[in-house]
Amino acid sequence: MIRVVLPHHLRTLANVGKEIELEVSEPVTLTTALNALEAAYPLLRGTIRDRSTGQRRPLIRFFACGQDLSHESPDVPLPAAVASGAEPLLIVGAMAGG
Amino acid sequence: MATVRVLVGTRKGAFILTSDAARRDWDINGPFFAGWEIYHIKGSSVNPNCIYASQSTAWFGQLIQRSDDGGATWTPVSNEFVYQGDLGTHQWYDGTQHPWEFKRVWVLEPSPTDAEVVYAGVEDAALFRSDDGGQSWRELPALRQAKGSLWQPGAGGMCLHSILLDPTDPQRLFTAISAAGAFRSDDGGQSWRPATHGLKSNWELPDPEAEIGHCVHSITMHPSRPQVLFMQKHWDVMRSDDAGENWYEISGNLPSDFGFPIAVHAHEPETIYVVPIQSDSEHYPPEGRLRVYRSRTGGNEWEALTHGLPQAHCYVNVLRSAMAVDALDPCGVYFGTTGGQVYVSPDSGDHWRAIVQHLPPVLSVEVQTLR
Repeated sequence: MIRVVLPHHLRTLANVGKEIELEVSEPVTLTTALNALEAAYPLLRGTIRDRSTGQRRPLIRFFACGQDLSHESPDVPLPAAVASGAEPLLIVGAMAGG
Repeated sequence: MATVRVLVGTRKGAFILTSDAARRDWDINGPFFAGWEIYHIKGSSVNPNCIYASQSTAWFGQLIQRSDDGGATWTPVSNEFVYQGDLGTHQWYDGTQHPWEFKRVWVLEPSPTDAEVVYAGVEDAALFRSDDGGQSWRELPALRQAKGSLWQPGAGGMCLHSILLDPTDPQRLFTAISAAGAFRSDDGGQSWRPATHGLKSNWELPDPEAEIGHCVHSITMHPSRPQVLFMQKHWDVMRSDDAGENWYEISGNLPSDFGFPIAVHAHEPETIYVVPIQSDSEHYPPEGRLRVYRSRTGGNEWEALTHGLPQAHCYVNVLRSAMAVDALDPCGVYFGTTGGQVYVSPDSGDHWRAIVQHLPPVLSVEVQTLR
């Protein structure tokens, strides 16, 4: 079981609370975590990853364990603390102000 | 008793304004989809309780929402817009070729005969159609074959922002694309050709009469006379009497012929409305006076409509999709501004009042007349 924290607008869209729990089979990577998230909440398809390319949308960030994982390969295993559920995977709308 | 429902898309959500036929007292509901950009929200004329909305942000991309109860509740439908066939390329800002990339839906046009059929105009410019109420979308890719490699994004992006469906001929469609031009299909979208003969862009194009590249800001028609089209171009207000085969200028005595929206009176096909803007680099009304201009002669002779509109220190813009009319008698005219005001004239433009003053910047205004 992993824990995922969604940004405000996606919580509203998916009609969930701040944190959700997902079953993700090994290996736990961004790809497998997001696949599980989109399978559980199909409304989120296209809001985190581009529907055509599968790439992270430019203003989405992935944080966990105090690290920015946004630029890591999506197929690299996530930190063990995320895979075990000790720490959440944070999906964040990037700062884009001025 | 007839009522009107005004559907307003803004930079930070949608609002629904309702009134009885007097159009004096208004209920204001919203924001719906708070915090999201609502480029367009439009109801079906077949089933007015069926309303479609384009919802997007730079962060989370594109969603399409559908309501079946007049906007009280909403359900997301498909947001999967996939270009068909060879992706192809268009011109980029530096003159190189650039592959098509989906960015957002600018306009939703429900069919006049079937509430489940709806068209979507998108950026990068393409036309999509849904036959199942938005549950799935398929591109009509022949449009991009109308010399799409020559299309180039303008400052606002390469957007397909206008879709006109001929109510007398389901095979005939018109689209308009910023910095590409106007296009017509006579076979339900299976083939397209530019409909730009007569347009002149003296300052924007090396060949002012080129077939491709005119920056069309909006086009409209009266449903009783679909051969007659009106266009607000980057500069110039234009008219065609032969379904887009030929265009001629009708700017006449306008103080500026730059602008974005153009609308036709519901009951008088020769009465049209524009909102002149100072220039392409000064997107506000000339002299800081917000004036709608009305022609009762199908163009060329224009009168300023000012009663109730700010006539000093007004520097808002009215965007291309932010003007509409109702079908009551007298015809009501509505527009929204980048300053967040939505104005109504219940008497065809003679008198105006603000329905609401402090919304986010208004992107689109559509009106439903409910009987």
